[in-house]
Amino acid sequence: MNPFIEIITQPDNIAIVIMIIMVTFFTGWAFQQAFENDKLLAAGRPVDGENDKFVDTFKPLVRIELLIAIVVMVGLTIWSIAVDAPLEEIANPTITPNPAKAPWYFLGLQELLVYFDPWLAGVVLPSLIVVGLLAIPYIDINPKGNGYYTFAERKYAIIIFSFGFLVLWLLLIVIGVFFRGPGWLWYWPWQEWDHARVVFEPTRDLTSVIGIDSRSLPGFLIGAFVVGSYLAGGMIAPYRYWKKNNPELLSKLGMVRYITIMFLFITMMSIPIKMVLRLVFLIKYIWITPWFNV
Amino acid sequence: MKSLPEITEKVRKNLIWKSIFRRDYRNSIRDRAQAVFGNVFLHLHPVQVRESAVKLRFTWGMGGITFFAFILLVITGVVLMFYYHPSIDQAYTDIKDLEFQVPFGVILRNLHRWGAHFMVIVVMIHMFRVFMTGSYKAPRQFNWGIGVFLLVLTFLLSFTGYLTPWDQLGFWAITVGTNMGAATPLLGYQGPFSEYLHITPYNDIRFALLGGAQVGGNALLRSYIWHCVAIPLISIILMFVHFWRVRKDGGISKPQK
Repeated sequence: MNPFIEIITQPDNIAIVIMIIMVTFFTGWAFQQAFENDKLLAAGRPVDGENDKFVDTFKPLVRIELLIAIVVMVGLTIWSIAVDAPLEEIANPTITPNPAKAPWYFLGLQELLVYFDPWLAGVVLPSLIVVGLLAIPYIDINPKGNGYYTFAERKYAIIIFSFGFLVLWLLLIVIGVFFRGPGWLWYWPWQEWDHARVVFEPTRDLTSVIGIDSRSLPGFLIGAFVVGSYLAGGMIAPYRYWKKNNPELLSKLGMVRYITIMFLFITMMSIPIKMVLRLVFLIKYIWITPWFNV
Repeated sequence: MKSLPEITEKVRKNLIWKSIFRRDYRNSIRDRAQAVFGNVFLHLHPVQVRESAVKLRFTWGMGGITFFAFILLVITGVVLMFYYHPSIDQAYTDIKDLEFQVPFGVILRNLHRWGAHFMVIVVMIHMFRVFMTGSYKAPRQFNWGIGVFLLVLTFLLSFTGYLTPWDQLGFWAITVGTNMGAATPLLGYQGPFSEYLHITPYNDIRFALLGGAQVGGNALLRSYIWHCVAIPLISIILMFVHFWRVRKDGGISKPQK
């Protein structure tokens, strides 16, 4: 069979295909409604839902809830009749499957292991995702766009969240499910998995690019300087830019909010930055310390 | 021969019927309201809702679908528990029995497995919808936070369920997943700075998760109890708060400008 068809029709992967279809559909629907409302807002007309009337719960709401429940139940029943949940061989600690994959919704984090050490990819970054999500309502002080779809009124919030959700979370999951084979090597869906394949990819550290041993003291200091200036620069540069161009925004945000936002944003952006460094420049670590490597 | 309306009338006058539904339904405004707040399940809802709440295009029904998936998983999960022993000698053969011995065992397991995948998908889309409509903004900030915890609990529910069949897939998925715990700074034996706290593979956070240094019988029992009892209980409590706060914060969010 065509390897692509084989991969997407594996029982557990059907869920991922369903997820891709659903997320694509609902993302499209959300943005379509956002742009529609933006047109209404520009024309000074009320947005969808603004002049809502009240209707009885019994039966209009109860009816639609029942209908949705029936549709979902029928769909899941058909899915369960058509596709059997796989059961592999009995657990055997002596036989390690290659690749050993985490559950699909954690594959984005497992993919991060290519770019970060486990304490960052598996512990610190997931914790910061949760903290960041919890912080969203308190750091987003834009009062507009509350209770209706809109893009124009909250461009930055939507771009940053969509990038995090659709690209860093979902796209990395899709990569982990469909494009990672033995040895966590990249396989296109039409390629056969080759368990003997070894890719010799000499990676280096940032300072070795300019000929300094990353484990030496100068290497340590340069690494610390680069990481430090990324953090400090990420904090200071937007501050100075806004101070000049939009001081009102800064004073509305306040220092605590500003630092929280920028810290979360810098951390999030470090993921694509490290991906590019690793994939394009073959750089593994920026900073080597005796305790941890970044 | 009696006509249908006559039979209906007779049933409605019946003592048992009246004891269950307490009052007559004549489709008056009062009756429609009574149908909601006189019913323990429906009184989750207000008596009247805004039009947007009954149109699919605003909410996509995703929160409700997530709750429905949860109920389905509780029901199928309880039935599965009748056929399952959380021990490494029996767990795998119990799943095989579901396949070959138990009537409708295959479809029962399939519903639980696909329902779980489905719940993870819809809860993420629910969060996306709430973000895109700005519904986390005042006065709903706190409820967004409850929702974030429920999202994490949904992942953990699915994750703890992975090990229960005791097959290669679950065993290695849990091995990979809990190895992350070993990398926790300070508290995991492979994590940075853990040597200062004298952390070893036998007293670190991974050991606490697995009940041992490796995925074994204790890990199976622990994941089973987290999966079937502890996390569902925590989730149900947070769901109470989540739904109650939806009402208290003014129902489905409406445009505030």
